[in-house]
Amino acid sequence: MSLDRAKPLLLPLALMLAFELWARLTHLQSDSLAPPSAILAALATALADLSIPIATRDTLFAAFAGLSIGSAIGLALGIAFGISRALDRLMEVTVEAIRPIPSIALLPIALIALGFGYRMEIVIVAFACVWPMLIMTRSAVRSIEPRLMEVSRALRLSAPQRIAKIVIPAALPRIFVAFRLSAGIALIVAVTVEIAINPIGLGAGIMLAQQALRADLMLAYLVWIGTIGYALNILLIAAQRHLFGRAALAGDNP
Amino acid sequence: MNRAAILWRVASVLVAAGFIAAWQLVTNLKLVSPVFLPGPDRAWAALVRGFSSGDLAGKLIGTLEHMTYGWFAASIAGIALGALIGSSKMMRAYVAPSLEFLRPLPVSAIIPVAIAMLGLTQGMALFVIAFGAIWPIMLATIHGFAAVEPRLYEVARSLQMSRTAIIGKIALPSALPDILAGMRLSLTVALILSVVCEILAGLDGLGHWVLLSARAFRSADLFAGVILLGATGYLTSIAMSLVEQRLLAWQTAAR
Repeated sequence: MSLDRAKPLLLPLALMLAFELWARLTHLQSDSLAPPSAILAALATALADLSIPIATRDTLFAAFAGLSIGSAIGLALGIAFGISRALDRLMEVTVEAIRPIPSIALLPIALIALGFGYRMEIVIVAFACVWPMLIMTRSAVRSIEPRLMEVSRALRLSAPQRIAKIVIPAALPRIFVAFRLSAGIALIVAVTVEIAINPIGLGAGIMLAQQALRADLMLAYLVWIGTIGYALNILLIAAQRHLFGRAALAGDNP
Repeated sequence: MNRAAILWRVASVLVAAGFIAAWQLVTNLKLVSPVFLPGPDRAWAALVRGFSSGDLAGKLIGTLEHMTYGWFAASIAGIALGALIGSSKMMRAYVAPSLEFLRPLPVSAIIPVAIAMLGLTQGMALFVIAFGAIWPIMLATIHGFAAVEPRLYEVARSLQMSRTAIIGKIALPSALPDILAGMRLSLTVALILSVVCEILAGLDGLGHWVLLSARAFRSADLFAGVILLGATGYLTSIAMSLVEQRLLAWQTAAR
């Protein structure tokens, strides 16, 4: 049992050890690589002088603000399209025309309209988060047991009541899966916008470290961004298990 | 398609046309400064002008080249690595968890590292695009290999097939739906990363075009570029689903 647990750790540990040894033996001087010990040291310094925590706060703030706005819009549209087949069919061409625009292509538009800073990043993240939310909510609402809708009609619930009491609770597990995927997308888009152009947050930090030829700091940022992404994913999966049990995983595509 | 479906489609196109008309109205009334928001007429004119002068076509080809080269490299490497890892229990136990750990990493974070190693070059862009696009394909391949019906492996063993024959004749075909789904996902990733790399490294392509247009406040050219990028995303995804239908025709027929 203990060996099975250790197996997944073996490869990364061995790689890091080999790299450390190689770097030490060759007295590595490089603008792009640094031994793991130097990376960890740089990470510790950057954490201690608060540059990484502040950058993390900026990135997460932009990502979550965009995520909330985008998923609220996606949720509202998804419910509307899911309930009304006519509306869905009428909007089909419009949605199919806007959806394939890569979110990052909006970057220059957001840049001239809003300038640098949180606002443009939030707008781009929100745009990226609307679509997975819309599509998965729509299919979740459509797959609600039809008898539940009959019950709501028999009880003469008004439309808002029907949405609050029947539609949202019934579709919630799958909506949460959509939210989890959107959260991952939000973080990716936020970091990408920062790397490409926006001078705040983790993405700007890693670009700055690269331009200063601080390979150790750059890789420390990379490790930290990876850890944030992993932690966010783990956290949301745990929340999903806790809130909905195994039911939620049924709607999850691998 | 029956008549009702066609009618719905026409109505849907009309709604989209209505949105474009509203956009035109907003710009005609100058509700939003024309510096930020050109009307559809100006965006269309910029598109036509860009194509007739050949500028825009060159940029489009540049982006398509980055995207397809990176994506092809990622597809080949991803399927090969995925097959290698997915077909061996030992590799699955040792390597797959590390890959799962790397999956949520925002791929664009690799860009600074690639710039430090390779400079602001085409090679850097191809490396980044391939690196980003490989994950969905590789993980889908591993998943597809792990999910092969076990009885098929038993059949292969009783036929005394070699490992390569098992991979080629049993595992790959039955993992194909997963692999194609992964490749479709990667296509989007490849397009996004092409644009980011072009913006950062000033490589010839639509990403560079939209950034330059934005810097010069030529909003009509900017919108023309964004429209082209949307069209690229749409058309490549349609092409991919056609390929998918064709390659998976045997599966639907068997059901």
